[in-house]
Amino acid sequence: MIVRSAVRRSAYYDSITLMQAQQALRSLPGIVEAGVVMGTPANLELLREAGLDVRSASASADDLVVAVSGDTAQHVEAALSSLDGLLRVRPATDPGDQTYRPRTIATAARLLPGANLALISVPGRFAARVAREAATAGLHPMVFSDNVALEDEIRLKQTSRSRGLLCMGPDCGTAFVGGIALGFANRVRRGPIGLVAAAGTGLQEVMSTIHRLGGGVSHALGAGGRDSSEAVGGATMLDGLTLLRQDPSTTVVVLVSKPPDPGVARRLLAHAAGVGKPVVVAFVGSVPLHEVPDTLTPVSTLEEAGILAVRLAGGAPRDLDGEGGGWFQAAKERAAVARSRLGASQRYLRGLFCGGTLCAETVWLLESALRPLYTNVPMGKARPLTSLGRSLAHSVLDLGADEFTVGRLHPMLDMTLRAGRLGQEAADPEVAVLLLDVVLGEGVHPDPAGALAPAISAACTAARAAGRELAVVASVCGTDADPQNRARQVERLATAGVLVEDTNARAAALAGAIVAGGTEGDEMWTRISPRVPRAKPAAPWSQPEGATAGDAPTLLAGAPRVVNVGLARFAESLRAQSAAVIDVDWRPPAEGNRAMLELLDRLE
Amino acid sequence: MTRIDDANAAAIQGVLDAAPMLVGVGRARDVIPGMADDVLLHAGPPITWDRMSGPVRGAVIGALLYERRAETEDEAVALVESGRVRFDPCHHHGAVGPMAGIVSPSMPVCIVENRTAGNRAYSTLNEGYGKVLRYGAYGQDVLDRLRWMEQTLAPALGRALELAGGIDMKTLIAQALQMGDEGHNRNRAGSALLGRWLAPHLVRAGLSTDRQSEVFRYLAANDLAVLNPVMAACKATMDAAHGIEGSTLVTAMARNGTEFGIRVSGLGDRWFTAPAETPVGLYFPGFGPADANPDVGDSTITETAGIGAFAMAAAPAIVTFVSGTARDAMTSTLEMYEITVAENPVFKIPPLDFRGTPTGIDIRKVVRTGILPRINTGIAHRRAGVGQIGAGLVRPPRMCFEEAVEAMAAALGR
Repeated sequence: MIVRSAVRRSAYYDSITLMQAQQALRSLPGIVEAGVVMGTPANLELLREAGLDVRSASASADDLVVAVSGDTAQHVEAALSSLDGLLRVRPATDPGDQTYRPRTIATAARLLPGANLALISVPGRFAARVAREAATAGLHPMVFSDNVALEDEIRLKQTSRSRGLLCMGPDCGTAFVGGIALGFANRVRRGPIGLVAAAGTGLQEVMSTIHRLGGGVSHALGAGGRDSSEAVGGATMLDGLTLLRQDPSTTVVVLVSKPPDPGVARRLLAHAAGVGKPVVVAFVGSVPLHEVPDTLTPVSTLEEAGILAVRLAGGAPRDLDGEGGGWFQAAKERAAVARSRLGASQRYLRGLFCGGTLCAETVWLLESALRPLYTNVPMGKARPLTSLGRSLAHSVLDLGADEFTVGRLHPMLDMTLRAGRLGQEAADPEVAVLLLDVVLGEGVHPDPAGALAPAISAACTAARAAGRELAVVASVCGTDADPQNRARQVERLATAGVLVEDTNARAAALAGAIVAGGTEGDEMWTRISPRVPRAKPAAPWSQPEGATAGDAPTLLAGAPRVVNVGLARFAESLRAQSAAVIDVDWRPPAEGNRAMLELLDRLE
Repeated sequence: MTRIDDANAAAIQGVLDAAPMLVGVGRARDVIPGMADDVLLHAGPPITWDRMSGPVRGAVIGALLYERRAETEDEAVALVESGRVRFDPCHHHGAVGPMAGIVSPSMPVCIVENRTAGNRAYSTLNEGYGKVLRYGAYGQDVLDRLRWMEQTLAPALGRALELAGGIDMKTLIAQALQMGDEGHNRNRAGSALLGRWLAPHLVRAGLSTDRQSEVFRYLAANDLAVLNPVMAACKATMDAAHGIEGSTLVTAMARNGTEFGIRVSGLGDRWFTAPAETPVGLYFPGFGPADANPDVGDSTITETAGIGAFAMAAAPAIVTFVSGTARDAMTSTLEMYEITVAENPVFKIPPLDFRGTPTGIDIRKVVRTGILPRINTGIAHRRAGVGQIGAGLVRPPRMCFEEAVEAMAAALGR
């Protein structure tokens, strides 16, 4: 085996470009393994683990490191020399595009008249500065990037507010503004329901549910995963609620969050009560609140948030399972059938998630029913899983968490990690149920069900060969308007033998019921049971006549005009939606020279 | 706003408010502050004889022959090596010179006065094309031409300017930019304007018809006639922005044929230098990159002041120098907005919907974005006296800007 490597100093590429180049290298003749990474210590370690010994230990986080192993020196050298060509492929602009690609936000904002929002997905350590530049240029920052320092987030949100701007994120995965989906977003119908959320898969699940029930969304504003912490104080959520209060096209508001810091929760609820519109409050992972004002409707699952929001908006939601709560009875019967096929050794549930909030909701629904339950998002009685490579008893894993995504694509983009783990779990004779989420939308994998189905079939076949019958349960988060088409994705999974449920909560409950015997399951069913809305429904909604621009806050007055900084696929997605977008040719400041950058920061 | 932004705002105001007037012609020894009989001024940051490149050495020899301090090349070299010639950058004396930029005591220089700040700047008169001193040629024909300039051209221009009451260089540049010049590599329109504005006064300057004819022929044939006054106007403009504490504005970029150097408003008289690079461009037939001297000349004062390559979008006629398409010309200018602090409302660019030229390079923006200033330039042969062999594009070394950033952080104690 021949192993060769090379280092390109101060050469920055986004992770998607690197992963695509890496995959292309692997497929070249005679190549066994290839790694194309930015030279962080973690990435170099990853290369070493993959048998790609990189002698150049001097590489820094701003250097590009490529390592290739293969059968002959000729093949390996050929692969190495093809790297530049692979990296040069930039799908960002169409070839006929003759316009200048700006290098800074200030220039971009000047070149795109009326630009009002910056979608920022640069590496975390640069994101706060880019967002500040956006705010200075008068653009509402939407920071998709994570790994932004907490103090930077606090300062950024203060600066934005003082300029009359809404700072979405950091770590805001998705948003929907003026009919345009931003980031990892689902295509949904427009309507009267406005949302404020941390803005990951929790928001996607609620939006998709609303759409599938026949409802529609006015705007979905993202705050980021840390917004409801004590330190950040719910800054963006509070501002988002204010915007939705002023927005004439919004008649019902949904607030989605992990359980906030208690003080923040009080402030959010007080503010929500003053919105003057019915507000559904989904603090996912906590029991519904009591003693809240009448205009607030607390719920406990994402599904319920969607159902009640549609009802409050004056819609008559197509019940997910027909009238009369028939689903509960049917689900219990399906669970009993699946349980009857299990072998004596099969006792455990293994959940493999790509959506963080979907995973958290699942853990919360199952933690009282399944014991012991291990997870990397511990809450309630669920315990932390210390060795992530091997599941214990009942395990529910968020494969999109940092500890799984170092040096590889997020599992919403790349199914290989999850497919591999599926096989591993299925080979465990104690496993009874596999539980999955499948997330659709802009920017994610073009056919996740198609990529997972062969792995699911193979896992089931292998188990069957060993005399076991596996149950596989999944939900599909998305809509038929999404590029992947939800109906087709569901069909693909069903063909592979998966029990597909309408929502994440239902998938969790069904999977839980298969392994939870006796009375432990009761608490789970209580948590998922629907409540009735407390507020009176809003007047039936109709699309406001003419332009609402005069009354709406400027961000919400129309389709956003976007300056995209970072992942090119977000600009492509915006172009596909006919949104006005300009793509910044972003590169790390000071050519990645950290010492120089520190000096520059001191000279600001 | 921080102190640096305040300082830069003050500095750029000096640039935008500048009112450079071409007021006259004088003898270097008489008008340039600090000029002395044993001094030769040169382009770029300070340099010693042993490190001078071919064309600069050639120009030094030529200047000593012109000043009659030496009769032969060997005598001139011996004089320099004896230490009896003092070298100093033009920039240290309010002056700028194209290419080698040699100014000797007897040479006539044009005088530009910034009517706003009251400061003055100086530049030699342009010699035209072919074998010329600024490219290091020092044959008899070169010396003869320099003497004609001293004895005929300089008094004629001086008298005409007196009669005209001066020429408003800011207006001239503004008009030239709308006529296809960028003010550095293309000066055809500006030179035509200069000739047109001087003509009514030249005929009343008391010259014989033959002498008049010679002067008009010079103005008619030399597309670069206006370059030196334009450079002096830019120098007078940028000096008004120099010396403001805390300002990160670049007030001079210049090359001595060996090194590239910049000066920064808030960093006093210090130069930040690095080895000069070789321009990339088009070569006259028979020449190629191997013949090229490293970048040389003070004419980068035009880019420093926001014209030249910064106004490339205004000059589609010379896009071949920047790779050939009108789009690249537009890109050149658009890119420079990323590293500058202002747009000059007087210098408008028609193809950019009359947007003002990008003006005032901020060292912080250069280092942060990694975008180096663009410079249009002539290319000199690396052997003395061969002359211009092409024209093209060059960028300053990154190190100049990084060191200036370090120095600024140190100066401000940050």
